[in-house]
Amino acid sequence: MTVAYEPVIGLEVHVQLATDSKIFCSCSTKFGLTPNSAVCPVCLGFPGSLPVLNRKAFQCALKVALGLNCRVQEIVKFDRKNYYYPDLPKNYQISQYDKPIAYDGSVRLMSDPSRVIAVRRVHLEEDAGKLMHDQDKTYSLVDYNRAGTPLLEIVTEPVIRSPDEAYEYLAILKSILLYLEVSDCNMEEGSLRCDANISVRACGETKLGVKAELKNMNSFKAVKAGLAYEIKRQTDLLESGGKVSQETRLWDADSASTRTMRSKEEAHDYRYFPEPDLVPFHVPREYLESVRKDLPELPAARKDRLLASTDLSEREVSVLIMEKKIADFFEAAVRLGAPAKAVSNWLLGDIMADLNGKGLTIDNYGLTPFMLAELIGLISSGTISGRMAKEILKEAAQTKLTPKELVEKKGLRQISDQGEIVSIIDTVIAGNEKSVTDYRNGKTNALMFLVGQVMKHSKGKANPDIVNRLLRDRLG
Amino acid sequence: MTNEKLNEQVVRGVAKLSRLNLSDDELRMFAGQLADIIRYIDDLNRLDTAQTEPTSHAVSGIKDVFREDTVKPSLSPDEALTNAPKRIGDFFGVPKIIE
Repeated sequence: MTVAYEPVIGLEVHVQLATDSKIFCSCSTKFGLTPNSAVCPVCLGFPGSLPVLNRKAFQCALKVALGLNCRVQEIVKFDRKNYYYPDLPKNYQISQYDKPIAYDGSVRLMSDPSRVIAVRRVHLEEDAGKLMHDQDKTYSLVDYNRAGTPLLEIVTEPVIRSPDEAYEYLAILKSILLYLEVSDCNMEEGSLRCDANISVRACGETKLGVKAELKNMNSFKAVKAGLAYEIKRQTDLLESGGKVSQETRLWDADSASTRTMRSKEEAHDYRYFPEPDLVPFHVPREYLESVRKDLPELPAARKDRLLASTDLSEREVSVLIMEKKIADFFEAAVRLGAPAKAVSNWLLGDIMADLNGKGLTIDNYGLTPFMLAELIGLISSGTISGRMAKEILKEAAQTKLTPKELVEKKGLRQISDQGEIVSIIDTVIAGNEKSVTDYRNGKTNALMFLVGQVMKHSKGKANPDIVNRLLRDRLG
Repeated sequence: MTNEKLNEQVVRGVAKLSRLNLSDDELRMFAGQLADIIRYIDDLNRLDTAQTEPTSHAVSGIKDVFREDTVKPSLSPDEALTNAPKRIGDFFGVPKIIE
């Protein structure tokens, strides 16, 4: 009999907080600056320099802690994590060890609200510098601009059961972080990074199996693919009588596989100790409550509200609310009087497709909620057809002209006038005797051809529903 | 294992993590110093601290020292790299270590 195996997954997310300056000094956190131009004695670890905590970074951490339903420490302290690698000039990273700023949180999945992913801890730390190994034959190159950028590390318990669940957790976490406006979550620029711990065990077993730590996954899709690969690799190993060894593995997107980076045998001993250069920070409970009161509406609450106030399906609302800016756009268009269903169809259909195709986001697309509401109004009044609207949508986004202006400018107004359409129909009937006879002899396909001819004669402007009805009458 | 041997082992481990090559003489010297430090901690451990609040900091009474999130001028790459053992373009050059 074969044994069934189940995966056990825990995720570790590093998110860069959206501050202007670094966590312990006043250097800029801007991406893409000249190498080593946003550095100072503090982030270069010069002797005698002292770190001072960025208030906004601390506040962002508290917002995330509350947004993830965590308990928040009353006294927050920092610790030194010691390791010798040139990405940090001090030979230690200021991080948090035994008392993370927040702990015991939770994220509820949307696909199955009975599934809650437990968040073990949330802690603040500084980012390391960037190393490049391929530029020079004998030296590695170091840029310390990123050293000292504020990071929040968010760690789940090992409770995630599948790559799909991991993907959904990450999508919801990112959504919450964007709603809280604490990070731009840009994965290409490294503002959001994810590592995974993964092991498999025989179903029914309560002890955890030996885990591998998975790194270098630079998209949510890569996390999903990397985990799926690792589950199969570990399961195959166990099934063939082998053993999983505890190690760090790198996901390689090109070969779609993972390989050993280092074995845990030489796992680092970080010799943590309290950071003496930073005094303790207090989080009075009244202050925490005031932060909680100022939290914006989060995705789950917004989903419930939109489900109750619109006729949209659960699936539609779930997609709409994920990205805060899309949800804001949706609600703005609805407030302008457009029906929720139509706005949702346009957003989730043509607009998302156009955004993905052009690599744009809703806020740099060029379309305003007003334009979309006006477009929907033009369709429902019969001024333009749905097909015309698709073109006008793209043009409005590009030209910044409103749909009404475009209809006027291009003379696109749909012909709904029956007399005008009848006269076109008569011309078409006169010019296509064979098709007319075919239709009268029962070839229904011929009608499609004739409708097409009428549309062509009207330069696409005739209202297709009216054409269809009048043509049948005429051929009757 | 004797305490002496144990201390030598600890020193050897920390030296490895710190990328330090210690000679046998140095190893013995630091192991001896480590033993002194541990003895001192043992002395401290004899104190009754039941009534003392745990603290991670020597300076008491100072707390919640923040700075506002304002960018101030940084060093220029030239200034930052002045003392670099090796400069390559605007980068620090370090011996190649690939993890």
